Amino acid sequence: MNIEEIKIEIRHLTMAYGSHVVMRDVNARIKRGSIFIIMGESGAGKSTLLRNMIGLQHPADGDVLYDGRSFWGLDEEARRVELRKFGVLFQSGALWSSMTLAENVGLPLAEYTDWPPTDRQEVVRLKLALVGLDGFEDYYPAELSGGMRKRAGLARAMALDPEILFFDEPSAGLDPILSRNLDRLILELRDSLGATIVVVSHELASIFTIADDSILLDAESRTVRAQGNPKELRDYSTDPKVRAFLTRGEISERGATP
Amino acid sequence: MNLVAERKTPDVLLAHLSGDWRQMSTSSELGAIRRALSDPPPVKALEFDTAGLTGWDSRFVASIGECVEMASGRHIDVRCEGLPEGVRRLLRLAQVLPGKSDVHRVVVKQRFLQRLGERTIAGWEGTLGLFTFLGQNLVALGNLLRGRAQFQWGDAFLVMEQTGPQALGIVAMINFLVGLILAFIGALELAKFGASIYVADLVAIATVREMAPIMTGIILCGRTGAAFAAQLGTMKVNEEINALETFGLSPIEFLVLPRILALMLMMPFLCVFADVISIAGGYVVSASTLDITSTVYLSRTIHAIELKSFLLGIFKGSFFGFLVAYTGCLRGMQSGYTAAAVGQATTRAVVTGISAIIASDGIFAVLSNALHI
Repeated sequence: MNIEEIKIEIRHLTMAYGSHVVMRDVNARIKRGSIFIIMGESGAGKSTLLRNMIGLQHPADGDVLYDGRSFWGLDEEARRVELRKFGVLFQSGALWSSMTLAENVGLPLAEYTDWPPTDRQEVVRLKLALVGLDGFEDYYPAELSGGMRKRAGLARAMALDPEILFFDEPSAGLDPILSRNLDRLILELRDSLGATIVVVSHELASIFTIADDSILLDAESRTVRAQGNPKELRDYSTDPKVRAFLTRGEISERGATP
Repeated sequence: MNLVAERKTPDVLLAHLSGDWRQMSTSSELGAIRRALSDPPPVKALEFDTAGLTGWDSRFVASIGECVEMASGRHIDVRCEGLPEGVRRLLRLAQVLPGKSDVHRVVVKQRFLQRLGERTIAGWEGTLGLFTFLGQNLVALGNLLRGRAQFQWGDAFLVMEQTGPQALGIVAMINFLVGLILAFIGALELAKFGASIYVADLVAIATVREMAPIMTGIILCGRTGAAFAAQLGTMKVNEEINALETFGLSPIEFLVLPRILALMLMMPFLCVFADVISIAGGYVVSASTLDITSTVYLSRTIHAIELKSFLLGIFKGSFFGFLVAYTGCLRGMQSGYTAAAVGQATTRAVVTGISAIIASDGIFAVLSNALHI
């Protein structure tokens, strides 16, 4: 892989809560403009890895590099500036409940741009239109359904035209159709914005639709079990556990009953 | 960055965009396109040339979107082929997922009478809720006394620990200061009549009858009542209360009753503690600024405090404890399902709690006067 092509590099990352090590020596290189999936069983540390990447939790060891520059080596101020290049969609949207959708999306714009208010309104409208929420500007999050809240969260994550979008379990709590639409939206955004996208997910259908590359975290050995395109891993991996995960255990079950 | 709008043919407007448009200061810089669309002779088609465009962002897309919308509104044919592919895709995406035009908020301005009526009804319902909650609690208490309540003693003891021993520090500090202040005022005023010796009486009676229960009640309202409201409110947001109900567990018996009983049981102890500390505060002032010996001060204090005053103070304390827990839990249970609602519930818990304490203290004052306590 060409060095310029690498947007994110996870280097010897060890994650821990106190003295309890969740995952050790995670390594990965994520290509610019690709969709990268963090997979793993429940409790394997997928979300923890995400928290380590977006600056919410300090790694016990190792580093994450963005555009070849150390992230955790920066002081707090510089790290905060770096964070503006990220957009994060949290599991249940994490919209600020005391603000309307327009205010939710507009807050980062108001804080970090010197645009006049009318421009900000235009951009807010565009972002909400991109996720199909045109017209819902004046609604409060509590008045929306879970799926709408999630899409609004996505509009907010995109507010500052981030270079990297992080998604924590984007399909959790969505019906199959909505979840497929969200997958399409993710692909469309990657193609039109050229953003690099990191997704935490264990929703297989969605993984196979959007993924370019992935890592599979293993709770038992607390290391990375496999790395690569999920479809290829499913079809060609020699590790039975990896194939079992990517086929919902159907292959190993079939193997057990002759 | 640069924008030139020219007529390719008399009725086709061609907009040349070049440079880095991320740096534009306001999107009105793209307004030239809109203006050019209005110029005569009428434009039939809009085309873009972005060969020299080096950078764009969402604001650029949003403004181009506005132009496109305006042009389509005038039945002008918009040919987007000239735009960068990313911009085209975003514009298309913003259009394929049409929002619902019927969802726009219509703000209905209410008339004064309507507002007044709605407020009155809401106020009446609030009052009803106040008593319904009281009734539910009495039923729960009845169940407890008959040994049929789903009551968690462990929970009650935990709340007792949080509201009692852990509150000693703040109760001591505030009441010590109140004792000091009372003694200072007394010393200044009574000295005019040469009655400095009665500072001890003043501090003792004021503390035991009024100040200790009231101050302790108010401290607990801010400390514990608010905590109850925030906790129950958050449990409501997390659907924990719903979970209790679907298991057939009564949230009143399970959550509210332990808190009310714990506070009613702890308040008398806190009041006695506050009495001692406050009188000590008064003693410090008297001993240091007035010519009163410790023995005299103590004997006057003991002489001044009648048993009925002491018991009245303790009873009031316990009642205030009930009010604090009751209002805290009530507002917590009434909370809505958002973070903002929990904040509101907490505020209302403290406001209601303190108002209830002061109002009921007024009633106590009248009653005890009438009954010569």
